[in-house]
Order: sequence, then structure tokens, then C-alpha cells
Amino acid sequence: MHRNDRRSTARWLAAAAFALVLGATAAHAQDAPDALVKRVSEDVLQIAKTDPRVQQGDRARIKEVIDTKLAPHFDFERMTALAVGRSWRTATPEQQQQLIEQFKTLLSRTYSNAFVQYRDQQITYKPLRLEPSAAEATVRTEIARPGGTPVQIDYSMAKKGNDWKAYDVIVGGVSLVTNYRDEFNQQVQSGGVDGLIKSLAAKNAAPTPPPPVLK
Amino acid sequence: MMPIRLLNRLCAACAVLLVAGCATVGPPSKDDPLEPWNRAMYEVHQVVDGKIVKPAVQAYVDVTPRPIQSGIRNFFGNLDDVVSVMNDFLQWKLDKAGNDMGRVMINSFFGLGGIIDIASDAGIEKGNEDFGQTFGVWGVPQGPYLFIPVLGPSSVRDGTGLIVRAYASPLSYIVTDVPVRNILYGVGFVDARAQALQSESFVDQAALDRYTFIRRAYLQRRAYLVRDGKPAPANEDD
Repeated sequence: MHRNDRRSTARWLAAAAFALVLGATAAHAQDAPDALVKRVSEDVLQIAKTDPRVQQGDRARIKEVIDTKLAPHFDFERMTALAVGRSWRTATPEQQQQLIEQFKTLLSRTYSNAFVQYRDQQITYKPLRLEPSAAEATVRTEIARPGGTPVQIDYSMAKKGNDWKAYDVIVGGVSLVTNYRDEFNQQVQSGGVDGLIKSLAAKNAAPTPPPPVLK
Repeated sequence: MMPIRLLNRLCAACAVLLVAGCATVGPPSKDDPLEPWNRAMYEVHQVVDGKIVKPAVQAYVDVTPRPIQSGIRNFFGNLDDVVSVMNDFLQWKLDKAGNDMGRVMINSFFGLGGIIDIASDAGIEKGNEDFGQTFGVWGVPQGPYLFIPVLGPSSVRDGTGLIVRAYASPLSYIVTDVPVRNILYGVGFVDARAQALQSESFVDQAALDRYTFIRRAYLQRRAYLVRDGKPAPANEDD
């Protein structure tokens, strides 16, 4: 009786835990790519608008926000492979790891500038029609510019496990990832994959140019 | 004697630039067969732009009150809209033509000759067609990439479009007084350059090699505009 009781409690607990996990993953999987882009963008914009340290251009704080809020939703391995192109397959796993690390740093440093500049933008999120089984999607957004043509920003996304992750951002038709391909090819041709890693590291070690002063 | 010596120096400088251009050329790019020449022009641009144009434009941005700057921007934007209308027709995009014509009429009459962009406030989206895009829509390929000092990235096709535009722009037939017209061209140029100041700092941070980064971005952007923003044919592995 006693033992039986305990066993049923254990079983109930296991079932509850299972349900919780299931529920959590279900909730996660429900975060469709367009909803995810919207949630993350609004979240980050909110921080850019309200966080005093971000507004003062505090690089460490901006890096923290990028690392914790944005980076988890990007597939840096795929991005790096896309940017490097053909030479990716000839790179050793260690070289690939270094390339990913350096490219990630380069992108976050670049974006920490954009961050300060574009906080007052009005973003429209275009609805996305998506098959439940789809593993790839392009989420379209648009940023209004007063007196100018709106800029279209598209996120190429793919499902990785249960989460959707972005692997390219296309701003006004310019893919931020494949835009690097010519440059990376150039570096690989002249100095091999190690040459590319070296010049990325040098770029990342250089001081960031100050963001333009906005009036 | 003096001019000849100056000429000699200029020639020497050009030769050095050309050689410098050749030395940094990586793998030949099929879009940029004139890369050595373009790189030399890029170097010329860096000097002229960095020493003269950019400081002047920065001063204009710093000194001119915001409302006047946006008035100037809107005025030239209205002229751009006229060029858009022409190209909408040349590409037979009648809905766009109607939209852009509406913008020109509203802004010209109610927006004080284009100084106020009322149409955008009313939600009439700005178009951005030009002659280079029209050639593209007609099937003319981009042609070799060209870097033009002071003007920046272009191509044989888009550069031709710019020449056509110089003749087609309303300024060239409405303003008959040559000095006044030249001043207006100058102000238009300063305004256009001012708009590029922001994206430039982005390129400084993003690029390993600015020349190559700008070239790829320019070609991607132009192809996208010719497609009117429709998704590109997939080529992940080219």
C-alpha cells in the first residue's frame, strides 16, 4: 500500500514533468519564424530605446545585449559556411571553428554600430504563410524611412531542431552574408584559409570606428 | 615648363596608382573585368572624396538646420519622382506610374514645389525607378562594373543611365539659367552625398576590403532593384 502509493506519486510526478517538457517544447515550436523575428526585434528595440547605457553607446553593454538577445537566434555555422563558399569544405574543423568565431565577432561589432543608429525605426512585419512541415522560411519586414523608399529587410531562416534560426539577413536586396564571399575568396586565394582567419582577426582587433553623430 | 612638370607628376601618380591597383587584384571577377583600372579610380576617389567632398558635405550637414536639409532633400526627391514616372512608363508599370505621378502632383502643388513631402505623409510610397533599371528590365546586362571618382560605384549600363538622366531631369529643361542650374546640380549632389554618410561608417566597420565589399553590395542592390524586390533565383553554391 505504502509502496504502491509512493510509486503512483512517482509516476504522477514523472507524467507531470513529461507534460511540462512537452508543453514547453510545444510552446517553443509554436514560435513560428515570423513571430520569432517580431518578438526578438521588438525586444531589442525596446532595450535600445530605454536602456541608458545602450543609448550612451556603451560598447560592453551593447555587446551583452547582442550576445544574449540576438546571437542565440542566428546559425553562425551556416552563415560562415555561406560566406566562405567553396573553401569551407576544404577547411579543417579547427579552422572552421576559428572562422565561425571571427565572423561572429565581426558581425556583432558591425551591428553594435547599427544598433545605436536605427533605434527609432518603425518596422512592419509582413505575414508569413508557412506549411507546418516547412524547414525553411523567409521572414519579410520593412523599415519606413521618412521621405524615402522603405527598406526591405528579409531574414532567411531554417529550422534547427525545434528552433528557427536565421542564417542570412538581406537588407534592401543586399545579403549581408554572401556579400562577404568575394572578399573571403580573395583572402583565401592569396593566403589560404589561415590567411582569411588572420585578416578577420586583425579586423576584429582594430578599434571600432566611432558611430556617426546623429542630429 | 611648370605645366609640363605638373603633367609629368600627374602621369607618374597615375602610373603608381595603376600598378598599386594591379598589385592588389585577387582572383578576376567576371563582373569586374576592369578591376585594375577601377581600383585606381577608387584610390583617386578616396583622395578627392576624403580631402574635399566629404569634409564639405559634413560641414553642410553640421551647419544647415534640419528643416532646411529635409526641404532640400524633398525638393530633389520630387525631381527623382519625375524621373521615376518616366521610367515607370518606359517599363510599362502603369500602376507605379500612377502612384509616382500622384506623388509629383501632390508634392509640387501642395508641398510648395516639392519642399514638403506630403505624399509620403499621406502614405503614398516613394518609387525609385531610374534609367539604369529600365535598361535592366529591357534585358540589357549590367556590363562591366565601373568605379567613377566622386560619383562612386556604377556600371556601363547604369552609367549610361546616369547620362540619359542628366538630359531627362526636369532641372535641365525647366531651369534655363545655366549658373543657377549648376548651383542646383551642386546642391543636389551635396544632398545625395550627405545621405550616404551613414551607410559609409557601416561599410568601414563591416568590410575587410572596402573596394570589394562596395562592389558586391552595389551589384546585389542593382540586381534587386531591377527585379523590383522579388526574391532572387537561388544560388547558394555558385
